[in-house]
Amino acid sequence: MTFRTPLTLLCGVALLTAATAPPRTLNVVATTPDLAVLAKAVGGDAVDVKALAKPTEDPHFVDAKPSHILTLNRADVLIDGGAELELGWLPALLESARNTRIAAGAPGRVSAAQGVKLIEVPTSFDRSRGDVHGLGNPHFLLDPVNARLIAANIAQHLSAVDPDRAADYRANLKAFLTVLDAKQTEWQTALAPFANAKIVTYHRDFVYLAERFKLDVIATLEPKPGIAPSPAHLAEVISAMKAQQVRVILVQTFQNRRTAETVARQTNGVVLDLSQQPGALPGTDTYVTMMDSIVRTLVKALAETR
Amino acid sequence: MSRFGTTLCLGALLLGAGPLGAQQAPDSAARSQQRMLDSLATALRVLQTRLDSALDARRTEAPVVPVATAPGRAPGTYMNVSFVGLTAAGLSTARDLDRLQLGDHDPRARGFTIPNAELALDGAVDPYFKGFVNLVHKLDQESETVVELEEVYVLTTSLPANLQLKIGQFFAEFGRHNAQHPHSWAFADDAMMLGRIFGADGLRGQGARVSWLLPTPMFAEASFTVLNSAGETTTSFRSLESGTIHEGIPVDREVRGLREMLYVPRFSTSFDLTASQTLVLGASGAFGPNNTGPDARTRIEGVDLFWKWKSPRARAGFPFVTFQSEVLTRRYDAASRIAARDSVTVLPAAVLKDVGGYAQVQWGIRPLLVAAVRAEVAQNDDPAAAAFTATEREDRNRYSTNLTWFPTEFSKVRVQYNFDRRAVMGNDSSLWFQFEFLLGSHAAHKF
Repeated sequence: MTFRTPLTLLCGVALLTAATAPPRTLNVVATTPDLAVLAKAVGGDAVDVKALAKPTEDPHFVDAKPSHILTLNRADVLIDGGAELELGWLPALLESARNTRIAAGAPGRVSAAQGVKLIEVPTSFDRSRGDVHGLGNPHFLLDPVNARLIAANIAQHLSAVDPDRAADYRANLKAFLTVLDAKQTEWQTALAPFANAKIVTYHRDFVYLAERFKLDVIATLEPKPGIAPSPAHLAEVISAMKAQQVRVILVQTFQNRRTAETVARQTNGVVLDLSQQPGALPGTDTYVTMMDSIVRTLVKALAETR
Repeated sequence: MSRFGTTLCLGALLLGAGPLGAQQAPDSAARSQQRMLDSLATALRVLQTRLDSALDARRTEAPVVPVATAPGRAPGTYMNVSFVGLTAAGLSTARDLDRLQLGDHDPRARGFTIPNAELALDGAVDPYFKGFVNLVHKLDQESETVVELEEVYVLTTSLPANLQLKIGQFFAEFGRHNAQHPHSWAFADDAMMLGRIFGADGLRGQGARVSWLLPTPMFAEASFTVLNSAGETTTSFRSLESGTIHEGIPVDREVRGLREMLYVPRFSTSFDLTASQTLVLGASGAFGPNNTGPDARTRIEGVDLFWKWKSPRARAGFPFVTFQSEVLTRRYDAASRIAARDSVTVLPAAVLKDVGGYAQVQWGIRPLLVAAVRAEVAQNDDPAAAAFTATEREDRNRYSTNLTWFPTEFSKVRVQYNFDRRAVMGNDSSLWFQFEFLLGSHAAHKF
C-alpha cells in the first residue's frame, strides 16, 4: 500500500462531505425589524436574519455602533428602506463595513422602496418645513400592499444571491402572500365600518395605513416632521379635535406619550399605543400579528369613541 | 358572469322579492328588509375589498422596476454638499487667550468670532472610491479670514480581505477626539492635552492609511497610517512651531528616508455589554522625527475608552449617557540646539516628557438637551535638572461644564463654563457661547 491510498481516501471523504453538507445559511441584515420579519417570512430556515434597529427605538436615530459594522461586514444580503429613513446612520456603517456584496446595485442589496409608490414626496427642499425626507414619506410598510411588493422584491434578491434555493423562496413567498391576502381582506372588512374616521398621530408615520384603510389623519402632534410639539400647536390640535369630534390619538412606543395624554385629557380622547415594528409590543412578532394588533386596537378604539 | 355581477343580480332579486313578504306582517317585514339591506351592504363592501386587493395584487406582481432617479431628487446630484457655520462668543478672565484656548476652532476672542465655517463635499468617485473634501474658513483673533484645506482624501470601497485604504490629507486616527470635526465635539473647545501635543489643528497631514477589520467574533480594527512629518499640523514632529516645545531653533531636517516619515498605528475593539450599552477601547501611537537635530525623535502613545448607554425606547436618540476618556504620553527627545531666545545659548540635549488626558461625561437628558462635564490634566515630567520648561508645557488642570440645546438636528446652542488652573499663569474662568447651524445634506453620525 502506498502513501497515495490514505491521501486519496482523505480527498474522497472531503469531497463527499462537501457534497453532502447542507447549504450555508444566508446572513440577511435588515435595517429595521419590519423589513427583517418579511425577510424571515420569505427566507424561512435558509436565512439568519438580524435587524440593526431595535423594535422599540426611533428608527431615525440608531447608533452606528461598531457591532453593526461587523454585522454588515458579514452580511450576504442587506435590506434597507431606501427612502432615507436611515440616512443619519446607515451610510456611516456601510463606509466602514467594506462589503461589496451589499453595495448599492449588488444582488445582495435590497432597497425596500424600490417600486413602492411613495407619498408626500416634496417638490422642493426646504428645512423650514421640518425634517422632510427628500424621497417621500418612508413609513410605507403599514400598507399591506407595499409589504406584498417588498416581500416579492426580497424573494427576487434572495433567489439571485442563492439560486439553489430559489424554488424554496418562491414557495415561501407564495405561502406568505396567501396569508397576507386573506388578512388584508379581513383588516379591510374590520375597518370598513369606520371609513373616513378621523384620527390624530404623533408623527406622519401612519399615513400609508390611513390611505389604505380609508382613515383621515386630521393632525399630528408634531407641528412639522421631526419638530417637537409646541404648546401653541397643541392648542390648535386640541381645537381641531374638539371641532371635528376626533378622540383617537396614535403614538408609537418611542414617542412622547405624555404629550399625547395631555391632548387626550383636553379632548376626552384615548391614546393608542401602537408600533410599526414587530416585537415592540407583546404578541407582535410577525408582520401579520403586528398588523392584527394595530387593526384590532384601532377598531376597538374607533368603536368606543363613536 | 363575475361573482360581483352575480351578487348584484341576487341582491336585485332579493330586493324585488321584499314587498311580497312585507304584506304578511308590516313590522317584521321592514326589519327583515333592513337586515337584508345591511347584509347586502356588507357583501358589497367585501366584494369591493376583494376587487381592491386583486387590483393591488396585479400591480404587485408586475416586475420590480428599479427607480432610475429617486423621486424629488434632482438628477445629476453626484455628491453631498453640506455647510457648517459656527459663531462663538464669550468672556474670560485670562489675557493670553491664544495660550488658554489651544484649538484653532476654539472660541479664542472676547466678544464674537467665527471659529469654523466648513464646507464638506462627499460622494462616490466611481465603484472603487469615495471622495471627501473639507474646506474650512474661519476668522482669526484679528478678525482676518483664514482659509485652509482641512481634509481631502479618497477611501477605497472594494479592497479584498477586509482592507481599506485612505489616501490624501486627513486627520490621523489617533484616539477618539483627534479625528473628530468641531461640530461633533461634546465641548466648545479642543481637548487640552491634544492641543498641547498635536497643536492647534490636531494631528493631520498628507499620507496614506490602511485599515483591516479583523475576522474576530467581536469588532476589532487595526490601522496603520504613514504621513509626512513636516508642517504646522505635526507640532510634535518636524514642525516649524516645535520651538514652543523645546525653546530652540528648529533645524532644517529633510526627508532622507523612511525614518523621516510619521507613523500612526491604532487598534480598537468594541463590545456590546448589553443591548443598551456599548464599550469601545483603543490604543494608538505616533512615532516620527522631530527637528531639534538630525536624528531626534518623538514618541506619542495613547489609550482611549468610550462607553455609551442609550435607552431601548430612545426617542430621537434620547435619553443617553456617555463616558469618554483618553490618556496620552509624549516623549520628546530633544537634541542639543540653539536657544530661540538669544540665538547664542546652546540648550543641552534632553528628554521632555508630558502626560495628560481628559475624562468627560455627557447626559442626554431629554430629546435635544444635553449636559456635560469634563476634567482635564496636562503635566510635564521633566527632570529637576532640566534647563527649562516651556510655558506651553506648564502643569495645568481644566474643569468644564456645559449645556447644549439642539432646536433641531440642524442647529445647536451651547453655553460652557471653564475653570483653568495653570502652574505659572494662575487661575482663570471663562464663559463661552456657541451657535451652530448645518445646511445641506444630512450628515451620518459616527459612533
